Amino acid sequence: MAEVTASMAGTVLSVLVAPGDRVEAGQDVVILESMKMEVPVQAEQGGIVSEVKVEEGSFVGDGEVLLVLSVES
Amino acid sequence: MKETWSEELKERIEKIEAGGAPKYHEKLKQQKKLFVRDRLRLLFDDDVQLEDGKFANFMAGDLPADGVVTGIGRIHGQTVCVMANDSTVKAGSWGARTVEKIIRIQETAEKLQVPIIYLVDSAGARITDQIEMFPGRRGAGRIFYNQVKLSGMVPQVCVLFGPSAAGGAYIPAFCDIVIMVDKNASMYLGSPRMAEMVIGEKVTLEQMGGARMHCSVSGCGDVLASSEEEAIAAARRYLSYFPANYLGKPAMAEPKQPSPEARPIAEIVPDHQNSPFDMLELVHSLVDEGTFFEIKALFARELITGFARLNGRVIGVVANQSKVKGGVLFVDSADKAARFITLCDAYQIPLLFLADVPGFMIGTQVERAGIIRHGAKMIAAMSEATVPKISVIVRKAYGAGLYAMAGPAFEPDACLALPTAQIAVMGPEAAVNAVYSNKIAELEEPQRTRFVMEKREEYKKDIDIYRLASELIVDDIVAPERLRDELIARFAAYESKQMTFSKRKHPVYPV
Repeated sequence: MAEVTASMAGTVLSVLVAPGDRVEAGQDVVILESMKMEVPVQAEQGGIVSEVKVEEGSFVGDGEVLLVLSVES
Repeated sequence: MKETWSEELKERIEKIEAGGAPKYHEKLKQQKKLFVRDRLRLLFDDDVQLEDGKFANFMAGDLPADGVVTGIGRIHGQTVCVMANDSTVKAGSWGARTVEKIIRIQETAEKLQVPIIYLVDSAGARITDQIEMFPGRRGAGRIFYNQVKLSGMVPQVCVLFGPSAAGGAYIPAFCDIVIMVDKNASMYLGSPRMAEMVIGEKVTLEQMGGARMHCSVSGCGDVLASSEEEAIAAARRYLSYFPANYLGKPAMAEPKQPSPEARPIAEIVPDHQNSPFDMLELVHSLVDEGTFFEIKALFARELITGFARLNGRVIGVVANQSKVKGGVLFVDSADKAARFITLCDAYQIPLLFLADVPGFMIGTQVERAGIIRHGAKMIAAMSEATVPKISVIVRKAYGAGLYAMAGPAFEPDACLALPTAQIAVMGPEAAVNAVYSNKIAELEEPQRTRFVMEKREEYKKDIDIYRLASELIVDDIVAPERLRDELIARFAAYESKQMTFSKRKHPVYPV
């Protein structure tokens, strides 16, 4: 399991993946809006999205979990 | 008789230069570490030229050079002092003579006004010798006192190959730059064993004090190197951007064009103010090819700091990276900037600010972390910098972000704007919401959206960059394709700048 967390506090502008999707390391998975900027958040490692913890419009704090990935060992 | 004496001397020198017992040399190989004298051969143009205190603690028999090599050599032809721990001798620990040797080479660097390099690989103090090496006037504390005194006088470079523990961890802390070898280098006040005993925490050395952690999280490390060779090469490269001391200026190099692969700035910068782009690419399109040397590349990445050459001339670059955290200034990025600006200013390295900043971060988390006092540090350091200072407003420069990036009020030699520049207290979206919040709340759709869009357009006209140039707020508007030539000409013109910020003793640091 691996978590993708918010790099800074902000509002979720869009979630680019859904449960079951395969993501690569470095891929943009969520776009936050903060300080009027679009802030893309990347997956640090590849895996399958097992859970999306936020929805568009949610406020997230720095370090808050956005997605959970299951990582193949 | 005389020949015998020479023979004896030769044998004794050879024994000292061989360092500690063979089993410790074996251990070095296993750890992919080099022997201290091999490190020095890589560091200098041609080996250590002068070595003092080689016979330190000779009478002990098993402590060659007392675990540290101190001496003088040359880097790019420049005389440089060095202190290098020998981890094959009692794990590079400090005895009384180790400390005395380190103090003396620092004093030499001060007298000669030349850079000093610390090659650190040490377990820390020898507890058994503590009375002789720890508390006194020429005890280990004196090393740090001297470092503080040398700071801003001569460049101090630390390359960390192994541990730098407890008090020893302050050697890197007082250096201008810390280069750490991944997997082997570490810094910590208390070891994992001590952390478990004293506070009950179970943690690995790599998590708590490893090179990668310090270069990306704590900010104690500046450059993460994948091998000792790479770390030593980085130290040599770093010094190529520096004069020997604060009175000199960095040497010019052969001018080079930017990388032919770099795209034009107009293509790199998106029209939309809120979309991220890679500021590093813009830096590469401005500076001489292959000359950008990034400092703290893995730490507080929303702000880029590094040395480069512009038509052969050394400059320090401070640039907002909208690709990371929107380029917003945070606690760590403000600290990173403050330190880098101070470093450049100390050694007569002109500063180039590339502004594309939505401001300082807001919200509970950063307020609790003291964003105001950290931001103040950056603004203070930037204000005090008297080296040639140019700010380029690449895109937006909002709020205190404008101030921190050497905005017009902070005595830049020039504040230039690209045609894409937008200077304001805040962006159009935030400003319209702030000014007309009641009115917006009263309106129904579609009037509401229409009203907001109209007001945003009005606001944009109000902060139009030509209007700001007309008001003499920016000194010039420069086409992106002309920016490099403009900067080359300006830094050349500002070469003779003479400026004293103040005659007072020192400011009260906002820390």
